[in-house]
Amino acid sequence: MTAKVESWGSRVGLILAMAGNAVGLGNFLRFPVQAVQNGGGAFIIPYLVCFLLMGIPLLFVEWSMGRFGGKSGHHSTPFILDSMDKRKFWKYIGVFGIFTNLAVAAYYCYLESWTLSWVWHSISRTFAGQSQEEVAGFFNSYVGLEMPVETIFFWILCLLLNTWILSKGLGGIEKVAKIGMPLLILFGVILAVRGVTLGTSGASDVFPNANAWDGLNFLWTPQFDSLANPKVWLAAAGQIFFTLSVGMGTIHCYAAYLKERDDVALNAVSAGFMNEFVEVVLGSLIVIPIAAGYLGLDWVIQNAGFGMAFQTMPYLFEQWGGVLAILAGVFWFGLLFFAGITSSLAMGTPWMGFMSDEFGWSKNKGAWSFGALALIMGLPTVIFYNQGVFDQYDYWAGTVSLVVFAFLETVLFSYIFGINRGWEEINKGADIKLPKFFKYVILIITPLLLGAVLVTSIPDWANQIQNNDTRNKEWFADNYFAENFEGSGKMSGKVVEVKSDYVKFEFENERKKFDKVSNQVLVEKFNDTKEYKFDANLNQEVIVKVGDVIKPGDAIAKGDFTNNTLYKFIGRMLLLTLFVFISVIVYVAYKKRVKEGRATL
Amino acid sequence: MNSAALVTMVLAQGIVIALTLYFFYKVLTTPPTQEPDSFSENDEETIRKND
Repeated sequence: MTAKVESWGSRVGLILAMAGNAVGLGNFLRFPVQAVQNGGGAFIIPYLVCFLLMGIPLLFVEWSMGRFGGKSGHHSTPFILDSMDKRKFWKYIGVFGIFTNLAVAAYYCYLESWTLSWVWHSISRTFAGQSQEEVAGFFNSYVGLEMPVETIFFWILCLLLNTWILSKGLGGIEKVAKIGMPLLILFGVILAVRGVTLGTSGASDVFPNANAWDGLNFLWTPQFDSLANPKVWLAAAGQIFFTLSVGMGTIHCYAAYLKERDDVALNAVSAGFMNEFVEVVLGSLIVIPIAAGYLGLDWVIQNAGFGMAFQTMPYLFEQWGGVLAILAGVFWFGLLFFAGITSSLAMGTPWMGFMSDEFGWSKNKGAWSFGALALIMGLPTVIFYNQGVFDQYDYWAGTVSLVVFAFLETVLFSYIFGINRGWEEINKGADIKLPKFFKYVILIITPLLLGAVLVTSIPDWANQIQNNDTRNKEWFADNYFAENFEGSGKMSGKVVEVKSDYVKFEFENERKKFDKVSNQVLVEKFNDTKEYKFDANLNQEVIVKVGDVIKPGDAIAKGDFTNNTLYKFIGRMLLLTLFVFISVIVYVAYKKRVKEGRATL
Repeated sequence: MNSAALVTMVLAQGIVIALTLYFFYKVLTTPPTQEPDSFSENDEETIRKND
């Protein structure tokens, strides 16, 4: 059988596709939140240092590994890694490069479908006249499947769209990147201009002190003492790592379609800096200042997080009224949609490349099989979103797997393939002269930084497996125990309201406030509340009474309970099954290669 | 905005914008590699694949 070698239509198309792969929702939501939590403006110093010492080197490593493997006809990580060392186990390490993409695509397409749905709701003015709580409640109803037809419709639509574009091959991906990235930047610039010019015009009777510039002050005022805190450096390394989509296997796959003399050095820094532009420039000028402009800085400090995208921004845009509210909604969710789809398309290519290389599958067959796998793996994240399956996928596939793979591939590149050969690969056909400094960074600093991120995250893996985030560890139980009232788990709560299926606690909590005079974040105590609702149909009944003081771990209800730990376990087992499934396919492919005399080394 | 925040923001964003533009300009102005390269839809090269 003969097949035309797929290739990128243009260099700009490749860079936009690579940048699109990296740019995601985290650029607009994770970066500003990380910055405000880690020293404001001072965070940019460790952030840029980590970009230089870990981000750019990893981009060089992955681009050159991809091009090196592509030279031998490998377009996904199992046999790219296999071609770099004679030891046979590397192809199974390379399984991460397909596994991560399939598992992340499974929940990411669901998240992407929310952006499509929210574009529709912005146009149809669903959020007009709603309070902020009602907008947040709409999101909870949506993911709680209280409107299942709509939720499933947009999810399936999103999967079909991804599958259809993937079936067109690299040409389809490149077209989407060429349209999506400029539109994303245009929408981002429009919203950023609004963020910078909002000032105090969004203040209201409810939030009289709201001021967009307070948000920018808070985000950018440097707190230099934070530079001495190792946690801030780790947070910066983590942010750089996750924003560039390294450790996934997608960069290798895209770069595998380059030829031996094509540049990787300039391409890699161009795509990397385009991602930084979207993150540092656009990402910092939209969510935080606009939210501070309407809700005040204290609200932002207490509520900053991922949920703001869908639960807060629609409410803020509605304050602009009429056509402007529709346009802002379309721009914001359109921007997130383009950020999402350019990433999810990249996630389909390693699987398609592998099945094409090893089993001669067509683009169509590869794309539809990817869609089917994303559907099967994604279904539990849709149905059991509130039970924590989505978060399990995000943690194990979208976080842990990336760090493990990136660390191992860096060791392979620097110490087994050899830094001298590696440096030669990076510089082959380079359109810019790279300082030799990077050679030593790749050899020493990058593996050390990645190792630090990896080692410091291991205790959290154990916590996740042991379900240390909950007091209700049994899958099935006759009692329900009070969860921690606040982060430390030391505070007790007082029962202030009780019904047979409802209980409300009051407890002392802490919150942060920004002091404009000292430009410092201060902590103040306040009375917080926490509610539990139970289901009488499952014989669930509250067993505490008003005035009782309850510690975390005390029983508060009896009945039949199926706890989230069961669903989380199922989520982890599904991921493990997927990993084993791909490993078996890689083994079959290897045996096929041996039989055909194509096995490497 | 206070001056410390303004200076930090302008510096950080200025550096990122300048380098992004510089590298993208280099991409656009660097002459293409002699054929064969990867960016031509005109490549008609085929490879043998085992059935």
